[in-house]
Amino acid sequence: MNAAPTATVSAGPILDISELSVALPSWADRPQAVKQVSLQIGAGETLCVVGESGSGKSVMARAILRLLPEPQVRIVDGRVLLEGEDLAHADDKRMRAVRGGKIAMIFQEPMVALNPLMTIGRQIDEILEAHTDWGKAERRRRVVATFEDVRLPDPARIFGAYPHELSGGQRQRVMIAMSLVLEPRLIIADEPTTALDVTTEAQILSLLKELQQRHGTALLFITHNFGVVAEIADRVAVMRRGEVVEHGDAEEVLTRPRHPYTRALIEAVPSLVPRKGIAGTDKSAAEPILEIRRLDKIYGRRAQGASWLTRWMPGLGRGRRQAVHAVNQIDLDVKRGSAVAVVGESGSGKSTLARCLIGLEQADAGSVKIAGNEIVGLSRSAWRPLRSRVQMVFQDPFASLNPRTSVGDIIARGAILQGEAPDAAMSQARELLTLVGLEPKAAERYPHEFSGGQRQRIGIARALAVKPDILIADEPVSALDVSVQKQVLDLLDSLRRRFGLTMLFITHDLRVAAHVCEEIVVLKSGRIVEHGKTAEIFADPRHEYTRALLSSVPGRDWQLRLVGSSAGPGTD
Amino acid sequence: MTRPFWIRLVANPRAAFGLVWLGLVVLAALAAPLIAQADPFAITGSPFARPFGESGLGTDSLGRSVWSGLVFGARTTLLIAVIATLSAVAFGGLVGALAGFYGGRIDDLLMRLTEFFQTIPSFIFAILLVAMLSPSATSVVVAIATVSWPPIARVVRGEVLTLRSREFVQAAITLGERDAAILLRQILPNALSPLIVTGSLLVATAILTESALSFLGLGAPNLMSWGFMVGAGRSFLRDAWWLVAIPGVAILLTVLSINLVGEALNDALNPRLRTP
Amino acid sequence: MHGTRLVRYALLRLLQAVPVVLGVVVLNFLLLQLAPGDAATVLAGEAGGAPPEYVAELRARFGLDQPMLVQLGLYLKNILLLDLGYSFRNSAPVLDLILERLWPTLLLMGATFVLSVGGGVVVGLLAALWVRTWRDHLISVVAVIAYATPLFWIGLMLILVFSIWLDWFPTSGMEDVVAFNEGWARIIDIAHHLVLPTITLSLFYLALYTRLMRATVLEQRGAEYVTTARAKGLTEGRITMRHILRNALLPVVTMAGVQVGALLGGSVVVETVFAWPGLGQLAFQSLFARDFNLLLGIFFLSACLVVIVNLMVDVIYVLLDPRIRVGGA
Repeated sequence: MNAAPTATVSAGPILDISELSVALPSWADRPQAVKQVSLQIGAGETLCVVGESGSGKSVMARAILRLLPEPQVRIVDGRVLLEGEDLAHADDKRMRAVRGGKIAMIFQEPMVALNPLMTIGRQIDEILEAHTDWGKAERRRRVVATFEDVRLPDPARIFGAYPHELSGGQRQRVMIAMSLVLEPRLIIADEPTTALDVTTEAQILSLLKELQQRHGTALLFITHNFGVVAEIADRVAVMRRGEVVEHGDAEEVLTRPRHPYTRALIEAVPSLVPRKGIAGTDKSAAEPILEIRRLDKIYGRRAQGASWLTRWMPGLGRGRRQAVHAVNQIDLDVKRGSAVAVVGESGSGKSTLARCLIGLEQADAGSVKIAGNEIVGLSRSAWRPLRSRVQMVFQDPFASLNPRTSVGDIIARGAILQGEAPDAAMSQARELLTLVGLEPKAAERYPHEFSGGQRQRIGIARALAVKPDILIADEPVSALDVSVQKQVLDLLDSLRRRFGLTMLFITHDLRVAAHVCEEIVVLKSGRIVEHGKTAEIFADPRHEYTRALLSSVPGRDWQLRLVGSSAGPGTD
Repeated sequence: MTRPFWIRLVANPRAAFGLVWLGLVVLAALAAPLIAQADPFAITGSPFARPFGESGLGTDSLGRSVWSGLVFGARTTLLIAVIATLSAVAFGGLVGALAGFYGGRIDDLLMRLTEFFQTIPSFIFAILLVAMLSPSATSVVVAIATVSWPPIARVVRGEVLTLRSREFVQAAITLGERDAAILLRQILPNALSPLIVTGSLLVATAILTESALSFLGLGAPNLMSWGFMVGAGRSFLRDAWWLVAIPGVAILLTVLSINLVGEALNDALNPRLRTP
Repeated sequence: MHGTRLVRYALLRLLQAVPVVLGVVVLNFLLLQLAPGDAATVLAGEAGGAPPEYVAELRARFGLDQPMLVQLGLYLKNILLLDLGYSFRNSAPVLDLILERLWPTLLLMGATFVLSVGGGVVVGLLAALWVRTWRDHLISVVAVIAYATPLFWIGLMLILVFSIWLDWFPTSGMEDVVAFNEGWARIIDIAHHLVLPTITLSLFYLALYTRLMRATVLEQRGAEYVTTARAKGLTEGRITMRHILRNALLPVVTMAGVQVGALLGGSVVVETVFAWPGLGQLAFQSLFARDFNLLLGIFFLSACLVVIVNLMVDVIYVLLDPRIRVGGA
């Protein structure tokens, strides 16, 4: 077990996958998850495998280490050569030596990928215990050194900590440390940054790049995000329904994609450059339809109940959390007919703000006026007449439609509650279905018969059924595949113009914000740190945090370069 | 791939066995006066007749027909168990729905109450209730319902709580739907399957509780029941063991069948659990 | 540091148990009101047995001519001072009667707890490891049958087979009183008597924990952290013992806590069947003597017992799961 960094690049590839096929069980939607895939990765090289959900990219990654749920999902054909040795036919003992020793893996969700009941240090120590004959003290030294390598603060404390005691970014650093501890020849990273905020993602990506260069490890990086590809890849393979459709040099694929599918995927990535003349006329003269003044919302302040008890024995409260100031003294005017993006990372309070505006949460203090009507402090029944003013499009298309109600009933219900006759409401629902690009006869069907993008269209139709003035969209595309995202965004944009809607668009994705909104509000820890025209903020961000957010967007340089050379993707 | 619910249920051999046995028991209970001596307490022959002789399943120490007892016992046991379960489901469901839907202090209060009833030794409490109310069919029903509603309340609360935070319920709120309509139109249809499963398994527990109470002599007087038969046969275990064995097997098979059907219902109603 | 926090946690749980105990007392009081006749006659042991002077004294002591709330207050005061009254049926204070019968019940419950939780964990783990083999199917079938078996019936059947037909175990009681055994001989004798009641009471719970353990082990085996462990190159044996087992134990511990009350209820039936001289048998006897005050006392003390065992289970859970936050930051 030589632990010295080996930066020498060998001639042949580290990993050579040829004609790999993985079979799916009989009940799956297709016979093979991976079909005849051939890929090579050289030492010190980064290969990105890109694909949408269901493309088979994760199954392919797990097949290399034979981590598939056999026998239902198993390799049926092909070879996986690690430095000339075929892993597809290796025995269990040999595979155990390879796993963690020669090939390591990083998973998407570090919270579930770590054992919640075991200390971090012990979980990494296990690898050394299984692969080396080192003593306890030596192993501990190595683990702590690796923690320093991935720049975890206070390594000694982390060693004895449990997974739930760390932040998301720290947990992913732990996973990286776990993969690096034995200096493997290859690291497989399966969407390692998808669950992270954009600023953390940028840090993890640069850490991975740096460590890879320092240790000369090959990296197989699975992702759905072309921005990340542009950030990290040497070479790219694009997968679709189990097959590699395009494979080549990263620069080449990103700027001159050959396969129509690759081209469509790249085109679907919204541009970071705000669209020109996005809203047509200048809205500065219009009157504000939404006026928010000093709005406050605090979570976790549970003073009632056993307060006498906690006063008597401090620190004994059960389930008491620190109070979180989710929305902190927010002032905002939204003009009639404008589209405003509320941008922030998780915990910024953007969703709480939206929920306060639509009456799903009761604000603690401040004032919100919708077309002159105060809504803070309104009871549920006093809200009812205002329901036709403001509506919401929800995030998760699979949770936002009642599975036991027909699509027509889902859409018509709002109009019926507003006093419309059931027949009229139903025929209006059919018209709305056409409007959002679905067949009118979809009204008789049930939500489970539709795809994610189609369900989101139904959700939009439901919101429009009461003819609202304001539409609040809470991350409406974040649960969708890239190719579908753009269609839904374009639909929202065209509907807004057609009906003169005011739109408040909650998102974590600056690209999405730039695509549909002419105004941007940046939130951090419940406060507005910057607010202005999208184009101006993108060109000249004033606040430090906005600058950090903008520079963290993966693949930013790639897109700017594309625009700069005015040779946009797909325009050949 | 998604076969109709009933096919999925019957295709499971365990469930099929359970359904057949339950069907027989229900049929016997309904047709009791037609297929057996009208009065299970009537003396029909010499005492201690062995089973499978000339007198069907034999006779007990007083010469009463075991077959009659079984058939009329099925009536008593099923009726008491089903009524008690329905009351428990109604009460527990209401408590759980209110706690889960309104949250906050109402939830705290109702869940404290539920926890309390789960903590106290329920069978001893049931004994106390029947003893204090003096044994009768009604007091047995009341006692069983009183000790068996908490699991229902917990299940319903959990379901309502998750469903309430689901986006389609939030959407209904933003459309201005009233609370009662949200509970009935949005939440209840989606919470029905766990309720059915828990409820059906509760019938099995109720039968066991009813039998144990009757065995201790706390059952409804003047009504034949399986637990009572075991209790009465107990003193003659050495010489007439079948007096204990036969009604016990009836209880065992019935409870087993309900459990099997309940589990199959659970599998059939939660298709995501089927993929191995 | 961790130790003191654990003590604080235990203290907190103890405080939270106070309303439960108070609730049981109030419940007792309400039950007294339910019973036919006046509470004093109920307390003195219905259908006579107590001298009229005592009944009169009871009336005065419980303020039965006073408003309901005062009565409740007096009742609370008496119970909380552990004054559970006097049983004229047995010519002894209720508390003494109960304490005398407490330890046989604790013995039976303890043995059952060890057999059912220990056995359930082992058998459930084995079933999960053998999943979808004939061994797994056999365990499942036996468990599902045991899960449906009435306690009193299986007790009688065990007596029939192992005591009457085979004569391996005694039919009833806790020890051979006429043998006057001492020391080890007595312990062995009691253990011999303990076998059948323990098996009877354990069977249902053994099935319960086996099924629970099998299900959670299978569920945990599919968890992502197990894939991580596999990707580290650990052997399947190590993954099971070190990662899966501890995670799978948590639901079993929770369930064991929930089931304590039911276990006590089951012991009433089992003690009646085997004439085991514990609280359950005392409850059965008081039922037939219509000595309701004794019955209420048994209910009160068994609720306290459940609260104490629950407290112990909670502490074990905290030791197993670092995610439970003990006390403040």
